[in-house]
Amino acid sequence: MAYIQGETGDWEVVIGLEVHAQITSKSKLFSGASAEYGAEPNSQVSLVDAGFPGMLPVINEYCIEQAVRTGLGLRAEVNCFSVFDRKNYFYADLPCGYQISQYLQPIVGKGEIILDLAEGVSRTVGITRLHLEMDAGKSMHDQHPSKTYVDLNRSGVALMEIVSEPDMRTSEEAGAYLRKLRTILRYLGSCDGNMEEGSMRCDCNVSVRKPGAALGTRTETKNVNSIRFVMQAIEYETRRQIDILEEGGSIVQETRLWDTSKGVTRAMRSKEEAHDYRYFPDPDLLPLILDPAWVAQIKTTLPELPDDKKQRFIRDYKLSRYDAEVLVAEQAKADFYEKVARGRDPKLVSNWVTGDFFGALNKAGRDIDDSPVSADALGGLIDLIADNTISGRIAKEVFEEMLASGKAAAAIVEEKGLRQVTDTGAIDAAIEAVMTKNPDKVSEYRGGKDKLFGFFVGQVMKATGGKANPALVNEILKTKLG
Amino acid sequence: MSLDKTTVAKIAYLARIEVPEADREHMAGELSKILEFVEQLGEVDTTGVVPMASVVDTGLRRRSDLVTDGGYVDAVLANAPDRAGSYFAVPKVVE
Repeated sequence: MAYIQGETGDWEVVIGLEVHAQITSKSKLFSGASAEYGAEPNSQVSLVDAGFPGMLPVINEYCIEQAVRTGLGLRAEVNCFSVFDRKNYFYADLPCGYQISQYLQPIVGKGEIILDLAEGVSRTVGITRLHLEMDAGKSMHDQHPSKTYVDLNRSGVALMEIVSEPDMRTSEEAGAYLRKLRTILRYLGSCDGNMEEGSMRCDCNVSVRKPGAALGTRTETKNVNSIRFVMQAIEYETRRQIDILEEGGSIVQETRLWDTSKGVTRAMRSKEEAHDYRYFPDPDLLPLILDPAWVAQIKTTLPELPDDKKQRFIRDYKLSRYDAEVLVAEQAKADFYEKVARGRDPKLVSNWVTGDFFGALNKAGRDIDDSPVSADALGGLIDLIADNTISGRIAKEVFEEMLASGKAAAAIVEEKGLRQVTDTGAIDAAIEAVMTKNPDKVSEYRGGKDKLFGFFVGQVMKATGGKANPALVNEILKTKLG
Repeated sequence: MSLDKTTVAKIAYLARIEVPEADREHMAGELSKILEFVEQLGEVDTTGVVPMASVVDTGLRRRSDLVTDGGYVDAVLANAPDRAGSYFAVPKVVE
């Protein structure tokens, strides 16, 4: 267990996360206005979203389906009877004066997420619930000295609020939780997980306690919009709480904000009194009743999820756990790998895909869908290694050339004469030449200085322009020097 | 259940309705009477009775995920006390 060192001894951090994940619907949860990001202000607002009197909400069936899919993907209970409630508060970007949400009876109940931590450790974090709710509008405070500008395009957009149990103990675990949740949502296609555009936002509940003690008072840092900031906010909040407690103070249960530019959390000015939400069932909406047969049918449409895919990669391709985790982190990466691995050595393919290939994508800042080297082209290169046409070292050179020119591996090898020398006569000659040039080294080696073997290999490879087959060079060198 | 003046003030604040101090005593009496009237329902034994969501025998109506609405900025902003371009402009509220 990872504890934080304080003046008075160890402290344990307790973290629970609430993630707001925007559903990938075309239109809003309760209106037919577009949910697309980035439009002209207030151009995607219906009179329902603007809270005009007499307007009635009508639920979007696709959003219900995505909530169910997500629940199933989180191995959670789907509740076939759920209720929409009004959460009442006043704010300029909430035109109705309430948010339609789900309170006592959410659409999805308890589930779990398995975190893949470093060094092959995994940890299960409980999901408390998932419920459907509508988003509020967007306030902009920096456009005018005394006015706030409000854009209601986001008002009414469908969100899934996914609440975790307070099961995490370090900021790394919180980061791993968000990455895994995002991966699952993207596999399911229910949310695009794009934190920059705000389609995934996180509220962090943090408290500290002495190991084994009862839970401490928590604070909630709202609307943090990147995994890195979530981790930083948790670390800052942990330190702040420990400092207060060690100086004899006490933690105030409050809502805080993450200040990205200063790297600190600070208390929101609004009083706690404002958080008396007075939930009650929304009289405009009947309970949401699901047909169990429909839920079962949705279950048959789920893709292979990352945990299952990882297990299959380890079992069928004999990959290490780490490599399997890297490959399944994105569905497109896993698909690319499987395409290359078909009919080839899965371990060799994994080394190339997770190593040079992902490295090149990263360096070029490109997505796998936009890769400069196709799965077939990479497969072609790997075939040349497998049949000993080129060595692994030369292959790296060929790969660089493939990236630069887009040519096929075989063509590059022919053009540049990179074909591996497997002609023992040529290798013999090169070895003889090296031995003749270095008689002193030869006698030192024969006198017991084994380390010099590497020197001879290096010289021979140099003499053959790196094209000699390394296994053959080793073998012949041993005989000749021996 | 009867309400006191402090509770009346709190409810008024939550509802953003201004109730002058002088009116609160009277308002507490009015609201208490309403609550007492509703409390008669407590005489009915509702053990095992599921809360009624609606008197009509119908399910929640659903719609398909289609864009069928929006695209009328001026109508949306028509009743706004103040606007700036296509935005609502409201007194600054900063957190």
